[in-house]
Amino acid sequence: MKDFIKGLWRQNPVFVQVLGMCPTLAVTTKALFGFSMGMATTFVVVSSGVMISAIRRFVPEQVRIPMFTVIIATFVTAADYFLKANFFQISKALGPYIPLIVVNCLILGRAEAFASKHGVLRSFLDALGMGLGFTCALIVLGAVRELLGAGTVFGCRVMWKGFTNWIVMLLPAGAFMTLGFLVGIFNIVDKRVKKGKKQGTAAADRR
Amino acid sequence: MFKNTAVRMIAALVAVGVFSGITLVFVYNYAMPKIQTNVKAETDRAIRNIFPGASRIESTREEDVSRVMDARGGLLGYAFTAEGNGYQGCIKLIAGVDAGLSGMKGMEVIESQETPGLGAEIAGGTFKEQFKGLSIVHPIEYVKNRKPQKPYQIEALTGATISSRAVVNILNRRIREIRGLLKGK
Repeated sequence: MKDFIKGLWRQNPVFVQVLGMCPTLAVTTKALFGFSMGMATTFVVVSSGVMISAIRRFVPEQVRIPMFTVIIATFVTAADYFLKANFFQISKALGPYIPLIVVNCLILGRAEAFASKHGVLRSFLDALGMGLGFTCALIVLGAVRELLGAGTVFGCRVMWKGFTNWIVMLLPAGAFMTLGFLVGIFNIVDKRVKKGKKQGTAAADRR
Repeated sequence: MFKNTAVRMIAALVAVGVFSGITLVFVYNYAMPKIQTNVKAETDRAIRNIFPGASRIESTREEDVSRVMDARGGLLGYAFTAEGNGYQGCIKLIAGVDAGLSGMKGMEVIESQETPGLGAEIAGGTFKEQFKGLSIVHPIEYVKNRKPQKPYQIEALTGATISSRAVVNILNRRIREIRGLLKGK
């Protein structure tokens, strides 16, 4: 269970590990795109994690990286074709960033750091947590940018009528600014939570 | 000992390669027909937007050029794809011209990476409308910040001259090509 939870918060791939920045910054102009990108990445990280964990005993150490890469690339291509076949418009909007999941260091990072050393179940939970943590981060990023840049969230009008769209939020600069603010907010909240916990234990000690 | 590891390495890599190849064959077989249907549906929709009365779309011998007919089999015009460089990356259009190659019927943007809110407006209604009925006897020209005077002029988008010019250039080049292709027959 701990393996699953850590990807969502304490080891969040975007806000804490700052991994996989390329898709994070590039595709989050809309919450929906962030969600799709996150789901595709989750699929790849989970299936490659399980697969790599299952075969980890047969992998000669010298060639593990190329083997992992081929496995990851296979799942990425599958995800790419699946999106193209069933969600054509989304796939067109995400463009080259779906095939580029191959080089998302989150995935190889999890394969190398976790899946190649742990059992299938734990690797599955770890990958699922990381994938969903990544997805959540991308949705939040996408929602903020879509809200300020186009006045909508998931395509629904949220802002009042006279609202002027901040087009800069849809441009790369907006991605960096939003990410910066979000990481900042994340750290403040994280510190508060930790402080609260410490005070809680201190109080319990005194009693 | 070394030989042994080498064999193991090769065996492992071959196994992964074979697994990957087989998986992708299945995925490809499942997805390819669907992808082709999607692409075709998109093209058809664009052509029907350009030619509201279209009932049959026939491909010609030229790739990417199709003949558009109305319900009684009369030739409405030709639809074709056109692509070229925009402000950021490739712009892909589908455009239609009338049967006599004297005017445009309209155009639709299929793919573009132009700046949201500025260049991306080439796909927006006001810009697109200008191409309906535009004369192509003369190469298309664009004017800035004023109403077009001549029948072959369009007004460029404010703040997105490069994107507007890209569309005009792409169309001019392709229309010239199409003229040559159709005359050749």
